[in-house]
Amino acid sequence: MIKFECVSKRYPNEPVDAVDRLSLHIRAGEICMLVGPSGCGKTTTMKMVNKLIEPTSGTIHIDGRDSRAIDTIELRLNIGYIIQEIGLFPHMTVAENIATVPVELGWTKARISARIDELLELVDLDPRIYRQKKPRELSGGQKQRVGVARALAADPRIMLMDEPFGALDPITRAKMQDEFLKIQEKIRKTIVFVTHDIEEAMKMGDRIAVLKAGRMVQLGTPMEILAHPADPFVSELIGGRQALKMMNLIFCDRLMHEVVAVDRGQSVEGARRLIAESGAGRLVLSSGGVHERFYVDAQTLAQTHDFNAAIRPIARALRLRASAQDALSEMLRTGERFLFVEDDSHEVKGVVDLEDLFRQVSEHEHADQA
Amino acid sequence: MAFIGFFVARWQTILQLTIEHLVIVLVAMVISIVLGVSVGILICRSRTLARIVLNLTNIMMTIPSLALFSLLIPVLGIGKAPAIVGLVAYTQLPLVRNVYTGITGINPAIIEAAQGMGLTERKILFKIKLPLAFPAVMAGIRTATVMGIGIGAIAAYIGAGGLGVFIFQGISRTNDKMVLIGAVLISLISILTDRVLARVQRKFNR
Repeated sequence: MIKFECVSKRYPNEPVDAVDRLSLHIRAGEICMLVGPSGCGKTTTMKMVNKLIEPTSGTIHIDGRDSRAIDTIELRLNIGYIIQEIGLFPHMTVAENIATVPVELGWTKARISARIDELLELVDLDPRIYRQKKPRELSGGQKQRVGVARALAADPRIMLMDEPFGALDPITRAKMQDEFLKIQEKIRKTIVFVTHDIEEAMKMGDRIAVLKAGRMVQLGTPMEILAHPADPFVSELIGGRQALKMMNLIFCDRLMHEVVAVDRGQSVEGARRLIAESGAGRLVLSSGGVHERFYVDAQTLAQTHDFNAAIRPIARALRLRASAQDALSEMLRTGERFLFVEDDSHEVKGVVDLEDLFRQVSEHEHADQA
Repeated sequence: MAFIGFFVARWQTILQLTIEHLVIVLVAMVISIVLGVSVGILICRSRTLARIVLNLTNIMMTIPSLALFSLLIPVLGIGKAPAIVGLVAYTQLPLVRNVYTGITGINPAIIEAAQGMGLTERKILFKIKLPLAFPAVMAGIRTATVMGIGIGAIAAYIGAGGLGVFIFQGISRTNDKMVLIGAVLISLISILTDRVLARVQRKFNR
């Protein structure tokens, strides 16, 4: 989708290249994080995509076309652009801000108006309240939501994001990151995302390009980079405790195994047989094919003849999107070696054992090393 | 009482000179605003150019207005033309400076966002820069216009007419009523114009 081929950029009166022979292929629909310390060339790299900065040498292909052959204005109108300072136009309302690019593209009024409502809903702002507000009436997080909506206005296939959440407080930032990932699941844009925060890169990125002094020192998925940092610089950037950090990247939906259900009317013998056959440590009660929030434990069942006495309530379950770290934390907190996982409608879907955590994390640690 | 009597007796001349004064200042201000705003926009492109131009307009203002008008006589003769040229030259500084600081004072992130989104330089100027610089530009217009009305009195010295005629005649004839009438009317026009422009400014700021 975006292909850098041996791209260099040297600023006038600078002794070294800001970007040094960068080759990078950003695939359609992925979030590619550019991460590194200040002055590593990440912002320069990003700005070469929409020609805010012209490369000194090398070529950039966008959708197979040499970016030099594409009209600059046309190119920019088709690329969403979000910066840390947001840059909302203070003299325009939220609606007018969002309408900027569609107006340039000559959309009809009705189409623009409908699109504004759609986008405000997408970024979780009530159009009836926010359309006519001026940027100064918004909080930092709300401004950035409008910034995201404005960048998405004409449904561009590519988005450039330069530390978009950098100026927000930690709580708002985490919330915006989560929401943006949710939005991205729906819209599947090709995103170039610049950050100096490796944690953010790990959380948001499908792939991460680590830059140092204009050079790309490593390119890989967050998991690959955590498992095999290319050099001491990347290790230092990650900052140790890799295995714990990996647990942020593994989620319960992948970690869990399915629960074995047992009907409420089942006999103790039947239940024991079910446990023996499936190898499960516990059974979830079900009635009429729906999982109830009760389970029977294999060990308890082995010591009793009363099926009902072995029934325990499922007090707390993790969501499918909870990370392995959430799971471990919850286990340490409750002292249980297993946890149930539920979907958004609170139906129990699976169970995570402590052994699953161990196995998954160390598997990644040793993956593709062989 | 004598003052009012004088006013009533000469009301036709007073009216004529007032209109003359207003016309000179109005014509000068229209030219001055168009020129000043254009120059102000132009010099935003280069810091060196801006420094040179702002210094020039600064120097222009330090020349005593009487001297400036006199210097124009060999070139443009006497009458309304040199008066208007003089007024335009004199009122450039507040205009150019305010347009320049108004535009360069805009948060660069706003301009960067506009560029990155694909607005042309022209669109950025008309949709972003000028609206955002408007309060500063309008303040410049107010200052320049009020200055123009005051200095317009001196234009009578080079035969342009206007309310300055009363002041100069009053001085030479030691007729303080005439001086007073000229001065009071000029002040009144200045204050009224400033009020009206302030209202315009506020209306657009909303």
